[in-house]
Amino acid sequence: MLEYFLSFLILTGAIFTFIGSLGLLRLKDLFTRLHGPTKATTLGVGCLLIASAVYFSTYTEAISLHEILITLFLFITAPISAHLLAKAALHLDLQSIAKIPENDEVEESGTDAAIIDDIKDSVKESNPASINDTPVPLDETDLQKKP
Amino acid sequence: MTRLLPHPILTPVLTVIWLLLNNSIDAGHIVLGLILGWAIPVLTIHFWPETVIIRKPLMLIKYTIVLLFDIIMANFTVARLILGNPDRLQPVFVKLPLDLNSDLAISLLANSITLTPGTLSAQLSEDCSYLLVHALNETDPKSLIATIKQRYEHPLKEIFESC
Repeated sequence: MLEYFLSFLILTGAIFTFIGSLGLLRLKDLFTRLHGPTKATTLGVGCLLIASAVYFSTYTEAISLHEILITLFLFITAPISAHLLAKAALHLDLQSIAKIPENDEVEESGTDAAIIDDIKDSVKESNPASINDTPVPLDETDLQKKP
Repeated sequence: MTRLLPHPILTPVLTVIWLLLNNSIDAGHIVLGLILGWAIPVLTIHFWPETVIIRKPLMLIKYTIVLLFDIIMANFTVARLILGNPDRLQPVFVKLPLDLNSDLAISLLANSITLTPGTLSAQLSEDCSYLLVHALNETDPKSLIATIKQRYEHPLKEIFESC
């Protein structure tokens, strides 16, 4: 009975990890692509780790709780790497399907002028007409072409 | 007191992490964990200028449960969006004005936003007044902001900052 449950967890984990990777292929620009690996993967890896913890706690003598640490570090680091990638993409003026906001749209006062100017420049420089034509390059060689 | 025990919460956390790493609750490991949990905060005090104070521990547990539930829902939502037609997605950037002041609360909020349904925190303004959030498929940015504020920011403000 337990084996069926563990198999189910492992399969679910594998499916979600696969969907997360599929997101990289199917989605159109860097920002939407970031969603796949940060989310679908957390549940995928979570399922695999639960299966691992239950298996080693049941079939070996010691209770296995390393997996809690892996989960913890994964949940802390995945959003941070996504945040840094998004930040880098904003600075590199990568094309985005979503409109990058300008200063006028901000309703609250006290925004940072320098960053807004940065974003404004990036909107001017990028060519909005071609956004939907080509997928945004994601590999390193394409990134290096940008200044 | 503050010099000898700069981070009262970090000490037990480090001890538990040490025990998890060793996968044992031997007395020896508990003592070693406690020594590490005391020594590391004392030696790294300059990296952690703010003392973390959890004002409402129960609220933190409730927040964690809500967050875990949302993470699971987020996985299904994003999986559905990826498997659906990607051309029909309506990604949008939303500016989320922040009410939080402490660094820890803001980082927790940013992490929560990235882990939950269809949203990703992309940039924090230098004066910490707003967070740039990228939503994967959102037609109503105002309600998104209201949801994030009510569901995550408000509890975090109560937990880490006095009201």
